[in-house]
Amino acid sequence: MMSFISYLVNGISLGSIYALIALGYTMVYGIAKMLNFAHGDIIMVGGFTVFTAMSTEWCPVWLSVVIGIIVCTVLGVVVEKVAYKPLRNASPLAVLITAIGVSYLLQNVALIIFGSASQSFTSVVKNVAPVTIGGVTISMETIISIVVSVIIMICLTFFINKTKAGKAMLAVSEDKGAAQLMGINVNSTISLTFAIGSALAGVASVLLCSSYPQISPYTGSMPGIKAFVAAVFGGIGSIPGAMIGGILLGVIENLSKAYISSQLSDAIVFLVLIVVLIVKPTGIMGKKINEKV
Amino acid sequence: MSMLHIENLQVYYGAINAIKGISFEVEQGEIIALIGANGAGKTTILHTISGLVPAKSGSITFNGTELTKTPAHKIVSMGMAHVPEGRRIFQELTVYENLMLGAFTRKDKAEIENTLEEVFKRFPRLEERRTQIAGTLSGGEQQMLAMGRALMSHPSIILMDEPSMGLSPLYVSEIFDIIQSVNESGTTVLLVEQNAKKALSVANRAYVLETGKIVLSGDAHELMNNDSVKKAYLGE
Repeated sequence: MMSFISYLVNGISLGSIYALIALGYTMVYGIAKMLNFAHGDIIMVGGFTVFTAMSTEWCPVWLSVVIGIIVCTVLGVVVEKVAYKPLRNASPLAVLITAIGVSYLLQNVALIIFGSASQSFTSVVKNVAPVTIGGVTISMETIISIVVSVIIMICLTFFINKTKAGKAMLAVSEDKGAAQLMGINVNSTISLTFAIGSALAGVASVLLCSSYPQISPYTGSMPGIKAFVAAVFGGIGSIPGAMIGGILLGVIENLSKAYISSQLSDAIVFLVLIVVLIVKPTGIMGKKINEKV
Repeated sequence: MSMLHIENLQVYYGAINAIKGISFEVEQGEIIALIGANGAGKTTILHTISGLVPAKSGSITFNGTELTKTPAHKIVSMGMAHVPEGRRIFQELTVYENLMLGAFTRKDKAEIENTLEEVFKRFPRLEERRTQIAGTLSGGEQQMLAMGRALMSHPSIILMDEPSMGLSPLYVSEIFDIIQSVNESGTTVLLVEQNAKKALSVANRAYVLETGKIVLSGDAHELMNNDSVKKAYLGE
């Protein structure tokens, strides 16, 4: 029983990291109607930035984290401006291929700078002892991941539903033309969405690399794909869906690692996705697709 | 100097010349109707004025400012609102949220609150349904919401695209009454309608469009008695 609770808590922790990444996927999809497959690699860039900053003598941990998040945010906005904005009216396929291209570009730049070998990442909370609650020992990384993710999700929900910029995002995601008629600047709203999504990826990179203390140019790709699955699982475009989908996915992955097979856990994750899509094609919280009359 | 002045406007969709050199003007306080069949270019003209579709050549001047070089989202704060064809309210947001998005560019909270009261006075049904999700309103109520949302920006001119489309006859009369009363309270109206009879009955002047060109223009009452208008648009 104790070990089950421990697997579950670790699953929730991994899942909340997936949820943070999935939020970036789902928000960008909701607003720009594109799948940003370079999103996972933003995590990798964030990881390497924090890694590099922490390995310098003078840079404290907190500042390294802040620098990592800022670099991710700026990178996300720049990628959107340079690669996606010129394709605003192009076919979705062209945008998708461009996103894959950006993903390879980021990976290969990282390969040139850091090489292909994994390097060990020092956890940002390495000197904090794990906590034992009722016989279950939980690492500080696990606790931090859950707490940080929950705080971010609450703030994000508040931001989207209660602020003017958040309302503008909802309006743009529903109807760009009508949003413009309200006086909403669609381009800056899309930029803001990429900025928020990439900042979340920056936070996720710190949590992920601290929990699984390694970093390589491919660090972002598997979590990126898992988070994409989580976003689809929850209903792509839906913010609560990404949160629920991410956490469920992390729990399923960790429990199948523990009780079924650690080699099969990824396969099981994708199997669950297939089953969900067969039963409910729009995902858990997905909207019904209305036929236009 | 007229409030809105369109001079030799040309609009293309790719290689298709949708608007072939149109000129017209709207004076302050008027109701101007653009009438014509499907595909004549009425909606394209409104979209070009409010910046959703780029103009190929020609000019659109609004209170002295050239609109063809102004980005769409900057036009609302200049005093122009647009009630688009098919209403295009934000289906997943509440009535109240839709109305507040109409006031997106305004800063003064007290003034916004005043306008909201005016809109609720004009459309009591919107007040009753202020927390309802907009997509669940009836067609007529959605049209009222689209109008209310446009009025929330406190416009000096309002462009209305097919406000009577798809509505029951009862709602059609109500909507045209509202257009008249909005105009009486000082807002200029540029109205695009397929329901030519209703449009001409409320308008001061009208322009008749055929495949991207103005073929006829003049006083609305005179046009109503014009033989070719009668035959082509009034079904007499």
